[in-house]
Amino acid sequence: MRPPDVSFMRKCMKWYYFERFEMLEMPADMQKREFGYRRAGAGMVRHLQVRSAADLRVLLLQAAPLEVYVSNARYLFPAMPMSEKIMENADLIFDIDSKDMNLECRPSHTVSSCPKCGHATAGSCGVCGHRGARSVSLACTACISAAKDQAERLREILADDLGIREGVRVYFSGNEGFHVHVRDEGMAGLGSAERAYIANYVAFRGILPKTLGVYPDGAPSLPGPDEAGWRGRFAREIIPTKAARTRMAKSIPAGGYAAFERGLPGMQERLGARIDAGVTMDVHRIFRMPGTINGKSGMAKVPCDDLKSFDPYTSAVVIHDKPALVRASCPVPFTLMGRRFGPYTNEYVEVPSYAAAYMICKGLAHAME
Amino acid sequence: MTVLGHAELAKYPFLADAGEYLRECGFTLGQLADDPDMAPVRDRAFARVNAAVGDGRVYRPSIKSGAQLPLEVFSFLLAVVLLKMSGGRNLSKKFAMQEARGAETLLERDLGQAHTDSQVLLATEIIRDLSGVAIEKHGEDFVVPVTEYLRRAVTFHAREWELINRRVEAGMVYLTPHETVRLIRQELVNYIVSRIEKAAAPPSVPGLREFAERLSAMEARLRPKTAAPTGEFAPCVKHAARTLAGGDNLSHAGRFLLATYLLARGRTVSEIAQYFENAPDYKESVTLYQIKHLSGRHGKGTAYRCQSCDKLKSLGLCHEIPQCAGITNPLQFGARR
Repeated sequence: MRPPDVSFMRKCMKWYYFERFEMLEMPADMQKREFGYRRAGAGMVRHLQVRSAADLRVLLLQAAPLEVYVSNARYLFPAMPMSEKIMENADLIFDIDSKDMNLECRPSHTVSSCPKCGHATAGSCGVCGHRGARSVSLACTACISAAKDQAERLREILADDLGIREGVRVYFSGNEGFHVHVRDEGMAGLGSAERAYIANYVAFRGILPKTLGVYPDGAPSLPGPDEAGWRGRFAREIIPTKAARTRMAKSIPAGGYAAFERGLPGMQERLGARIDAGVTMDVHRIFRMPGTINGKSGMAKVPCDDLKSFDPYTSAVVIHDKPALVRASCPVPFTLMGRRFGPYTNEYVEVPSYAAAYMICKGLAHAME
Repeated sequence: MTVLGHAELAKYPFLADAGEYLRECGFTLGQLADDPDMAPVRDRAFARVNAAVGDGRVYRPSIKSGAQLPLEVFSFLLAVVLLKMSGGRNLSKKFAMQEARGAETLLERDLGQAHTDSQVLLATEIIRDLSGVAIEKHGEDFVVPVTEYLRRAVTFHAREWELINRRVEAGMVYLTPHETVRLIRQELVNYIVSRIEKAAAPPSVPGLREFAERLSAMEARLRPKTAAPTGEFAPCVKHAARTLAGGDNLSHAGRFLLATYLLARGRTVSEIAQYFENAPDYKESVTLYQIKHLSGRHGKGTAYRCQSCDKLKSLGLCHEIPQCAGITNPLQFGARR
């Protein structure tokens, strides 16, 4: 970020953490958590211990960070280096990001931006010639809708299969996806390897044909739609009709076993929850703190109590609407707070601060000094 | 602790409170040691320990007739006394391992044959005493809470044990009696080892001295023959090798690490097998087969690779030292600083 952008974002952060501090959700046992933050245009600061909400408020007003993180783990010594922290347990967290879903709509709202001159471009920058253009994605309701479906699917698997009905909270990540936090005492005690099993389970990853009643020799005993767990889901989604079931039952003994086995990974997208397994397995990560601003968008990570009706482009827009003058180069229009912005072709525009922050965080606009 | 009947005590004598059981039956340790009528108990006790270091055949208690039951319990208790007198640490571990194997078979049978409420209650309470896991019967299967299942299953390598390949419903994992017992195998061994370790050192009993001396001689033969590994090995591998060399049991994942690491370092199958010679459950033929399997010479020809440091950390096998900085696999230890 350029100095005027950093200055603009710092002002926005100070305002938010002063005026809207109550939006932050303090984690349980906060004195046992590791906190971290990143200021606009600066590196990460980690291994901080914060004992109370008041201490956090002072820290945020002093540092005015662009991003604020907190560990899912509870430690005996959260401020010590990682090897000396001594972990007690860690909340189970799932990360769902629409950018990992390769949705068809993605090219239509993705822009290449030159990090050097800010000119929105494809390939090498047409203005300054810089080669390292980066892709940024803008607001898309179809992407959010797809991510919501995955969050709903995950919640269903957690409840029906793993028996976790209480303590599951879904948050909009502040950019393009959702974080699902599970506060369950039994799950919190699990290590990384156990979490990998859970991640594979919810993602329908690593299933063996015989788990679905399919063997190399002999007739398969395919699962029925009334069965619980993955067998039932497989029956309902992959072989929903009697005809499909009969076709599969006939094809497997007639040399179809290998094809069935090869086809299983392809069913992950259709059946499993599309999560980032690395996030779930990692017990030493610091995650964006609920209620804080996402530096990739200027929107906040907020809870979604009613996932279906949740609209991130109004509910997560938390920066004020005072007018701000920016030079914008945003060829794809976007909608925030019900108002459409853009397209802008390297032009000076006055927009509400939340829209200015959104474009600055995406690298598609620069604040005027 | 579950209140057990005589038949259960004969099958699982390690669950008995030794002193109380002897008192209830009206015997003293001195009688077991000196009474001529107790000679079969002494012989059976010695045979039980001997079987653990013999041909690897699992000792099976004789529980068909009611008269045999005290013999089984007494012989186990006396075997523990003999092991304590002989001071045989390696022998104790081998004994625990083989007693656990025998108990596994019986426990599996008890779970499979538990139909009435009282039978189910007894079998599930035995499992709870041994492992702390509360299991319940559902139809022909037993169910275990997901978290309890995961803590144990992650140490197994077979893909069948991954959660995705289990029937999981409402937070419970469904297991057959065989799988239930397999899940708690290590805890069964640990339980018996702890019972032996916690047993009070017996007073010197003249009638048992000869047996104890014979066991001491057997222990001497079991002492580690393998030299400690050189400093070139990664610390996790050194730890695994030392554990085995000391006659302690090493988890399946630990054995996998040691064998794949040594294979990658160019050791031959027979050289690697030497590291396993002091394992409490060592069988040459099985060890050679398993190492060959890992090397890709048996089975489907898949050569298994040494796991990453991250994976070893998650399995609790990492023993990181400052020299490990920057490496992602134990094989890089010493090569990259």
